[in-house]
Amino acid sequence: MTLFIEQCLNGLQFGLLLFLLAAGLTLVFGIMDLVNLAHGSLYMIGAYFAATFSALTGSFLLGAVLALIATLVVGMVVEVVAMRRLYGRDHLDHVLGTFGLILFFNELVRLVWGPAGLALPLPGWLQQPIEIVPGVQYSAYRLSIIVVSLIVAGGLYVLVMRTRIGMLIRAGASNREMVGALGVNIQLLYTLVFGLGAALAGLAGLMQAPILTVQIGMGENILILAFVITVIGGIGSIRGALVAALFVGFIDTLGRAFFPDLLRMVLPSAAASTAAPALSSMLIYLLMAIVLIVKPEGLFSAGQR
Amino acid sequence: MRKTILAAGAAIILAAQPAAAQNKTIKIGFVSTFSGPTAVIGNDMRNSFELALDHMGRKMGGIPVEVIYEDDQQKPDVGKQKTEKLIESDKVDFITGYIWSNVLLASVKPAFDSKTFLISANAGPHQLAGEGCSPYFFSTSWQNDQTPQAMGLYMNQKGVKSVFLIGPNYAAGKDMLAGVSSTFKGKVVGQELTTWPSQLDFSAELAKAKASGAEAIFVFYPGAAGVQFLNQYVAAGLKGTMPLYTVFTVDELSLPLQKDNAIGVPGAQQWVNDLPGAENKKFVADYRKKYTGLRPTYYGAQAYDAAQLINSAVVATKGNLSDKAAVQKAMEKADFKSLRGGFKFGNNHFPIQNFYLQDVVKDADGQLSLKTVATIVKDDQDRFAGKCPMK
Repeated sequence: MTLFIEQCLNGLQFGLLLFLLAAGLTLVFGIMDLVNLAHGSLYMIGAYFAATFSALTGSFLLGAVLALIATLVVGMVVEVVAMRRLYGRDHLDHVLGTFGLILFFNELVRLVWGPAGLALPLPGWLQQPIEIVPGVQYSAYRLSIIVVSLIVAGGLYVLVMRTRIGMLIRAGASNREMVGALGVNIQLLYTLVFGLGAALAGLAGLMQAPILTVQIGMGENILILAFVITVIGGIGSIRGALVAALFVGFIDTLGRAFFPDLLRMVLPSAAASTAAPALSSMLIYLLMAIVLIVKPEGLFSAGQR
Repeated sequence: MRKTILAAGAAIILAAQPAAAQNKTIKIGFVSTFSGPTAVIGNDMRNSFELALDHMGRKMGGIPVEVIYEDDQQKPDVGKQKTEKLIESDKVDFITGYIWSNVLLASVKPAFDSKTFLISANAGPHQLAGEGCSPYFFSTSWQNDQTPQAMGLYMNQKGVKSVFLIGPNYAAGKDMLAGVSSTFKGKVVGQELTTWPSQLDFSAELAKAKASGAEAIFVFYPGAAGVQFLNQYVAAGLKGTMPLYTVFTVDELSLPLQKDNAIGVPGAQQWVNDLPGAENKKFVADYRKKYTGLRPTYYGAQAYDAAQLINSAVVATKGNLSDKAAVQKAMEKADFKSLRGGFKFGNNHFPIQNFYLQDVVKDADGQLSLKTVATIVKDDQDRFAGKCPMK
């Protein structure tokens, strides 16, 4: 039972982290109609900034805040310099252009920080495990990821559903010609949305950094999951991204945790432990296929938010 | 008379042949990982290999040496391509390097087919030690199972009753877990293999280890993954309750990032920087002098020995590398002073050597470093040698 609670928390933590990444992706995709493969590069940049700034300032929190601001700026610069040229073009052009950006960012990071990767050490108070219910110890840092992600999710909800900018964002996702025709500065709105998406990706990257290595290309694997979430949740829907991210986080973690044991009931132990990691990483694609068959628009399509 | 002249001429031409076949340079291909998070390992191997060449005056048997370094990006398919390129277009005389067992297994076929001698300076998959052994393959490291076997013996000494095994799901990961299981006398409560090299979050596996009720955890994660594993192990609160036993997880490359997390985590190794012997002392001192701020690792020591092994064969055959049988015989003698001291080849061309227990201590200069604590096993031969048809 303790194990189950702990794995659920792991799933929740991973799911919320994926949500931060997918939220930015779905915003940009839904509102600007832009397929941004370089979203994972912004995640990587966030992690590198955090490692650098916290080493410079000697404070993890200060480093994280500075990294967040820096990633936001990088995102807006990328929008002005590169993305602007891609709107209204074919989706294939988006894929090509943003794939070029991935190569550019990977090489840039190699030049600036070197090939070896960086470590982002945690402050002592986040390193110790804490007892959440009697008998269940859980990593304080992972718990703080859950809390921060929930706060950001709440903030995004308020921003999108309760503010004027949010109204424009929602309207832009449904019908951008109409929003433009009503006299809204759509160009500025796009720059802001892209910057917001970049900051969310950067936040996901810098929070993941102490758990994983800060390394070149770290965003590419996880970006695939973010795209799966965008598709499952419905393009442009923040709520859909949240629900789908939690689904994927739970399925991935619980699959890794319990699937090998299930497999051992039918297969010899050695074969099961070899096959299980491969099979359990397929589970989320199975989920995506099922959702696409039942609801081709995704769980919450942009029209019905 | 004409016939005699012809015959004499033929004799002269034949006699001249070995001289004509003599190489102007010795070409060595070196395949390792020079990009991505594990590039530090490849760099360490290259540094030590270069140092070995410096010590030889960059000549082997009086012939200048040229090394071509290729990056396998830790991917089996890329490693195979680079190996083929080195053999077919660069026409190298020897090929060495190879950190990863899956990369090595993908790359051996082009080498064996072209009868190019391949010296693994790290990876030691069991396939190449048993039925798949080859006259063209040599190892200056170990067979994968050997180091964890030594760790299993040490765990018996410590009286560990039960253990949970965690490792990556690829050739070496499976060998390592099989190795420790083969000598550990207690109960293996469970084992988890993780997707390699993409999975770096081990929360699910650590939670299962905790819930399994095992007394200890055995783990194998080379390179950056070892840093992450140790971080997460400590963050999960297991350091005080479930002792960790490792191979290839704590080393001179990962220690600067692992810091205090690594203190009290024992490992097994065939080379540690403080081994006695004049050659080893000179290697460690010269390495630290040439590459300021860095410390050599076993990866590098093995690459250094690979250079020495190649040198010994070139010297013994006087640079006539076209006689494959003679080269093989010269290499089998292992006629060089290994940095680790005692070392000789078994019938399958894997070394027979000692394995030591290592511990993390504060060095004279206040930095963390690895220290030899005890010899766990002497003159150990791998458990697959009997299956190799070579005598």
